[in-house]
Amino acid sequence: MPEALGLQHFLLVGAALFCMGLYCVLTRRNAIGILMGVELVLNAANVNYIAFSRYGVGGVDGQVFSIFVIMLAAAEAAIGLAIVLGIYRRSGSIDVSQMTSLRG
Amino acid sequence: MNLSNIQSLPFSLPEALLAVGVVGLFLLELVVKRKAVLGELALVITAAVTCLVAMQSGGQQGLLFSGMVALDGFSIFFKLLLGLAGFGAVWMSLGSNEMRDEHPGEYYALLLSVTLGMFYMASATNMLMAYLALEFVSQVSYVLTGFIRGSRRGAEAALKYLVYGGVASGAMLYGMSLVYGLAGSLDYAAISQVMAGLGSGGVDGAVVAGAQPVIYLALVLVLAGVGYKIAMVPFHMWSPDVYEGAPLPVTALLSVGSKAAGFAMMIRFFYPAVSAYDGDGNWLTAAGVDWQSLLVVASMVTMTLGNVAALRQDNIKRLLAYSSIAHAGYMLMGFVVMADDGLQAMMFYMVVYYIMNLGAFTVLLMVLNQSGREDIEGFKGLAWRGGALPAAAMLIFMLSLAGLPPFAGFIGKFYLFAAIIRQEMWVLAVVGGLNSVVSLYYYARIVRSMYLDQPAEDAPGFVADRHNGVLVGVLAVATLVFGVWWRPVVALADRSLSFFTG
Repeated sequence: MPEALGLQHFLLVGAALFCMGLYCVLTRRNAIGILMGVELVLNAANVNYIAFSRYGVGGVDGQVFSIFVIMLAAAEAAIGLAIVLGIYRRSGSIDVSQMTSLRG
Repeated sequence: MNLSNIQSLPFSLPEALLAVGVVGLFLLELVVKRKAVLGELALVITAAVTCLVAMQSGGQQGLLFSGMVALDGFSIFFKLLLGLAGFGAVWMSLGSNEMRDEHPGEYYALLLSVTLGMFYMASATNMLMAYLALEFVSQVSYVLTGFIRGSRRGAEAALKYLVYGGVASGAMLYGMSLVYGLAGSLDYAAISQVMAGLGSGGVDGAVVAGAQPVIYLALVLVLAGVGYKIAMVPFHMWSPDVYEGAPLPVTALLSVGSKAAGFAMMIRFFYPAVSAYDGDGNWLTAAGVDWQSLLVVASMVTMTLGNVAALRQDNIKRLLAYSSIAHAGYMLMGFVVMADDGLQAMMFYMVVYYIMNLGAFTVLLMVLNQSGREDIEGFKGLAWRGGALPAAAMLIFMLSLAGLPPFAGFIGKFYLFAAIIRQEMWVLAVVGGLNSVVSLYYYARIVRSMYLDQPAEDAPGFVADRHNGVLVGVLAVATLVFGVWWRPVVALADRSLSFFTG
């Protein structure tokens, strides 16, 4: 029988998601791609919270926390998409490497 | 005292009033014909909230909402400062041409909600509450940054702010999840017990051996979240762009308000939660995790980068952004000494910084209103074309920001340097001193432009408007008064440094 699924496996998934999210934010030039990377980072933390809550001694606090995070991620996506839409209407592009009116 | 939800309500009157104000302003915009009333209402609300907070000082201390937030000297001190920051931002918005035609109800409601979020950042004693408060402030700030419709710079700044903020708070969230896993609780009080147990060698049920590197990683990740709020290097990249692109009153609120709130949250997390108090004014890092030396380096790099980058700025908003990064570095000097006198020096400096930085932004607002310029050209010969009083006030603010006596900024820096010299951190003291000298150059450049440059032949005259002039006058007088009579503020900071942990 294969080894039972434990805390470590979930933490590994969480860490992998976190790294992928960071990589996505750092390499994407499309603003929506960057927002998706941010979502990955948030969900990496969610996996951790739920795993610690299930296998650790933290009680249900972690699961409650992850529900709040899901809600906040939705709010953040709404605000982010509104801002991106505003930029698209004005300049016709959401490529962040072309956003150069502020520098120095 | 540790109160349940219903019992806590009488103790959160300021927050309740702010929340009512937010909802009320959104609704009132639909029915009120004369929109100017809305801004004045917001001004009255922020003033009333600040008074309510002041009335709470010296009263009962305790944990509210089942340990979610603390009502103690520390939170009341910061709420006073943040209430005043909200008041200043509303006052500046009322006197800003930029904000005149925008939707006032929404705008002022958002300003009040940032203030509400900052109140909770300063008083949160639970990681969930701290994260929610931080995100509350951040998300509303993104909207406010891009509030002016049709402003390309505003939209771009908002997106940059959103991306940096999202990643930084995501990293903080991940770090907090590690702390939760180690301590088995989200409460600061419970975390500090587990950390203390680790320090003395006793291993709690929730803690596995070899936890030290994990704690270190967790603290660094949490630092990313709060470091971005206070604009600490290397999490500062958003700040010059956002300060430049945002409407000026919002920039002022970000620089004096959310920086102070970020510091308050940082102090609460790194002192009572993960360090141990020895009862004699000193703090010890728990579990042998040395985050202190990391922050010493961050402090030096932050102030140096801020000051050096400010040297070549012509846009005053951007210059003040780099200056505010540098000031975050100075305030971090008080953070790293791990002693009460360092924290007191920081708290005093935040008051002084509020006064002088808000003043500088208000003078800039007057110039921007008159000439539509926010670069150094707008200040050219300001003193000789009708702006003698604003120029004199700007002189006071600039010299105070540079840390010259007899202004309040000098006293603030004096306390910070005294705190680190008492701990014999010579390198940090020397770097801080050199930075103060460098900063004098770019502050003096503005002064030179105002007084020594002759205005162009066709330069329009400068008419100081009374509304902003009153705020500038009050802040300039405060800078002078606290430069010679600072005892009461220092005493207030001394008294306010008490954490209620249950």
